[in-house]
Amino acid sequence: MTLNAYLILSTVLFVIGLVGVMRRKNLLMLFFSTEIMLNAVNIGMAAISKFYGDLTGQMFAFFIVAIAASEVAIGLGLLILWFKKKNSIDLDTLQSMKG
Amino acid sequence: MFEIIAFYLFSILTIVMFCITVFTNNSLYALSALAAGMIFISAFFFLLDADFLGAVQIVVYTGAVMALYAFGMMFFDSLSTVKEKIKNPRLVFLLSGISALIIVIIFISPIIGSNIVAQYPVHPEWGNTQDVGIVLFTKYLIPFEIAAVMLLVAMIGGIILAGKKMDVSYSELSEEEIDALEKEDSAKDEK
Repeated sequence: MTLNAYLILSTVLFVIGLVGVMRRKNLLMLFFSTEIMLNAVNIGMAAISKFYGDLTGQMFAFFIVAIAASEVAIGLGLLILWFKKKNSIDLDTLQSMKG
Repeated sequence: MFEIIAFYLFSILTIVMFCITVFTNNSLYALSALAAGMIFISAFFFLLDADFLGAVQIVVYTGAVMALYAFGMMFFDSLSTVKEKIKNPRLVFLLSGISALIIVIIFISPIIGSNIVAQYPVHPEWGNTQDVGIVLFTKYLIPFEIAAVMLLVAMIGGIILAGKKMDVSYSELSEEEIDALEKEDSAKDEK
């Protein structure tokens, strides 16, 4: 397989995640779509790492995995807090900044 | 030949799984499809000779992150329907289309760096795990430590955020006490 095939696959997965972020109003779906986008980027990084014989891409993929894990921890905590406050996981309830 | 078949098979499976995640209305289906898609993505890492990254993908993503999501979903009514009517759907789809097109152009445009020299070259005779370990603990030691501290901070932050107002256990209270507590809470909210 060529590098372009992997990059096209990565792009397609990224676009699926992007559509999820823009279309869904469920806050849980927002987190899921973010995970999809991060994973799509990881595939691109690993493919570039392989086809240029350089380990830097894999290193960045590791740090992206670490960032995704901490994003889940913080995001889920905020989501639980928001659900306790508003009793809803609708994205539109976030529009008010009244606290 | 094997690589081509594996690539197309896993591409189709991953794309279908992630489409299910994005378009389904049942959050349990979304979670399961996302976990399956993560497993299928690890296949690409194995195809790309990034064995350690593939193992990390399975252990961290499908083991830890998906378990955390499944655990977090217990705290709220995840099956409650969310009104997903977009006020101006045409604008949203236009914006999605334009940004998707820009991303595709960025990726498809000829790769500028044709004279790239590998900074940390791959040693096939060492194996991927040893190679990754050597680079991670020499050249990327400080980012590695910072990532460790960041994970610790995120963990403590998550515990504090999720654990707020958890000092009262509803299961140990009687019905009257719960009613009184909720009345007090709603009075506090209205203030």
